Amino acid sequence: MAAGGTRVRTANSDRSESITMARNIDIELQVSRYSPEQDLEPHLQSYRVPIRDEWVILDALNYVKDKIDGTLTFRWSCRMGICGSCGYMINGEPKLGCATFLKDYAPGPVKIEPLRNFPIVRDLVIEISDFLEKLKKVKPWLIHEGSNGQGEYLQTPDQLEQFRQHSMCINCLLCYAACPISGLDPIFIGPAALALAHRYNKDSRDQGSAERMATLSHPDGIWGCTFVGECTRVCPKHVDPAGAIQQYKLAAAMDGMKSFLMPWGKR
Amino acid sequence: MDSAAARARASAGGHSQTAPAYTEFHPRWYRPRISTYWWLGRWPYVKFILRELSSVAVAWTVAFTLFQLWSLSQGEVAYSTFTRRASSPIMIALNVIAFGFLLLHSITWFNLAPKAMAVRVSGKRLPAILISGPQFLGWFAISAIVLWIYMVRT
Amino acid sequence: MEAKKSHEPIFWTLFSAGGVVAALLLPVHLFIFGMAVPLHWIHGPAYNLLLSLAQMPIARLYLFVMCSLPLFHFAHRFRYTLYDGLQIKHLNEVVFASCYGIAVLGTVAAGWLLWRI
Repeated sequence: MAAGGTRVRTANSDRSESITMARNIDIELQVSRYSPEQDLEPHLQSYRVPIRDEWVILDALNYVKDKIDGTLTFRWSCRMGICGSCGYMINGEPKLGCATFLKDYAPGPVKIEPLRNFPIVRDLVIEISDFLEKLKKVKPWLIHEGSNGQGEYLQTPDQLEQFRQHSMCINCLLCYAACPISGLDPIFIGPAALALAHRYNKDSRDQGSAERMATLSHPDGIWGCTFVGECTRVCPKHVDPAGAIQQYKLAAAMDGMKSFLMPWGKR
Repeated sequence: MDSAAARARASAGGHSQTAPAYTEFHPRWYRPRISTYWWLGRWPYVKFILRELSSVAVAWTVAFTLFQLWSLSQGEVAYSTFTRRASSPIMIALNVIAFGFLLLHSITWFNLAPKAMAVRVSGKRLPAILISGPQFLGWFAISAIVLWIYMVRT
Repeated sequence: MEAKKSHEPIFWTLFSAGGVVAALLLPVHLFIFGMAVPLHWIHGPAYNLLLSLAQMPIARLYLFVMCSLPLFHFAHRFRYTLYDGLQIKHLNEVVFASCYGIAVLGTVAAGWLLWRI
C-alpha cells in the first residue's frame, strides 16, 4: 500500500479506499428488538453508526434513537456509571452502556441485547420488580434497637473499611445477568442483594445480622450460590458479591456449627 | 387494572396461540429460557463446570484407594492383581485424566480460598497471596513428604 | 425446607473440610499409585512394607481422613452440579440421597477396611 501513492489511481482503487475509510468510521450495531404487541420473540436489527473516539455504547444507542429509529427503547439516565440503569449484554457480556467504549469493538459488529435472566418488557428494557422484592427481603438498612442518646453513631475508618467495598453497589444488575444460578433458580436471592446483606452485617452500627441470617441461611439464600464467580468479574463497582457470599457462608457455617455442637447455647 | 388485564388476556386468547396478537397497553414479557447446555460456549462457565466436575475425580480417587486398601488387606496375591489392573492402559488413562482434574481442584481451591476468608490484620485486609501462598506451600510440602516416605520405606 | 435450612451449614462445612483434604492429600496419592508406579517411573512397592506402612495407627487415621472427607466434598459439589448443569432441581431428594449415600457408604467402607487391615 505504501507504493500506492506513486501509482496512477484508477476508479477501482478509489472505491476500495473509500470502503476502507467507511469501515473505520462506521460500525454496525445489532440491537435486539422486541415489541410485546407484535413479536413472539426478540430479533436483531442492524444499524450503522459512526465511530467517535469519545463515544460509549450508550452514545451509539442515543444516536440511533435520535437519527435513525425513534422506536428503539432502552433505559439510561446518568451517563456516568452511577445510576445503574444502562446495563446491556454487549457481545454477550453484561456491561454498562455508559462505561463501554464503542471504538473498542471496531470493526464490529456489536451485538446489544437486554440483560440475561430477566423478563424482557420491550427491546432492551428488562422487568426488575422481582429483584426489588428480593432486595427488600435482605433488609438492606441499619437495624438498631433503641438509641445511644447522643445522636449519631460514630464509626472509625477501620470499621468503615470492613464494609465499604460492598456498599458501592449501584443495583445495575450486571451480576444477575452474569450469574447462571439466578437464571436457573428464580427464587435464588442473587449476588447484589446478598452482597448488600453482607454489607449491613459488617457495619458496626448494625445489629440485624441474626435477623438477616434467618432469611439468608436458606437454600434460596447463600446456599444456592455455587461460587461461579462471574458476578464479581462483571461488577463495574468492584463490589465482589461472590466474595461477600462466601464470607457469609463461612460465618453461617460457624454459626451453624456452634448451635449444632452447643444446642443449649443461645441461638 | 385487573379488568383491563383480563380484557387484554381475553382478546389475546381470541386469536391463535402462535400468532402474536395486538394487545394494547398490556405488557407481555418475553421470558428467555435457559438452555440445558448453558455451561458450554462461554469460557468462564466451561471453567466453572470443569472445576465442579473435578469432584468426580475426587470420588474416583477415593474409590481407587479403597480398592487398593481392600486388595492390600486380602494378601499378596490380591495386591498383585490390583497392581496389574492399575497398569492396564485404560486404568492409566483414567488416572491421568483424574490427576489432571485433581490438580485443577487443588489450584482453584487454594486460589478461591482468599475470597471466602476476609482476614484482617490491624484493620487492613490481608492480600490474597498471603492466604493462598501458604496453602500452596503446604500442598507442596505434604506431597514431598508423602513421596519421600514412600520412596524411603518401600 | 425448614429441616434443610438448619442442616445446610453442616453439609457446607463437610464440603469445605473435604475440599481442603482433597486438595492437599489426593494428588500425590493418585500420582504415586495411579501413574508413577504403573508407568515404572518409580519402583513398585514391596507388599509387606506397604502393608506394615498402612497398619501404622497414624497412617490408618491419615487414610481414613483422606477417604472420608473428600467423599462429602464430592457429595455436595456433585449434587449442585447436577442441579445446575442438568436443571434437575425437582429431583432434589433422589440426587441428595444418592450423593450422600455414596459418601456414607464410602466412609463406612474405609473405616471397616482400615480397622481390619
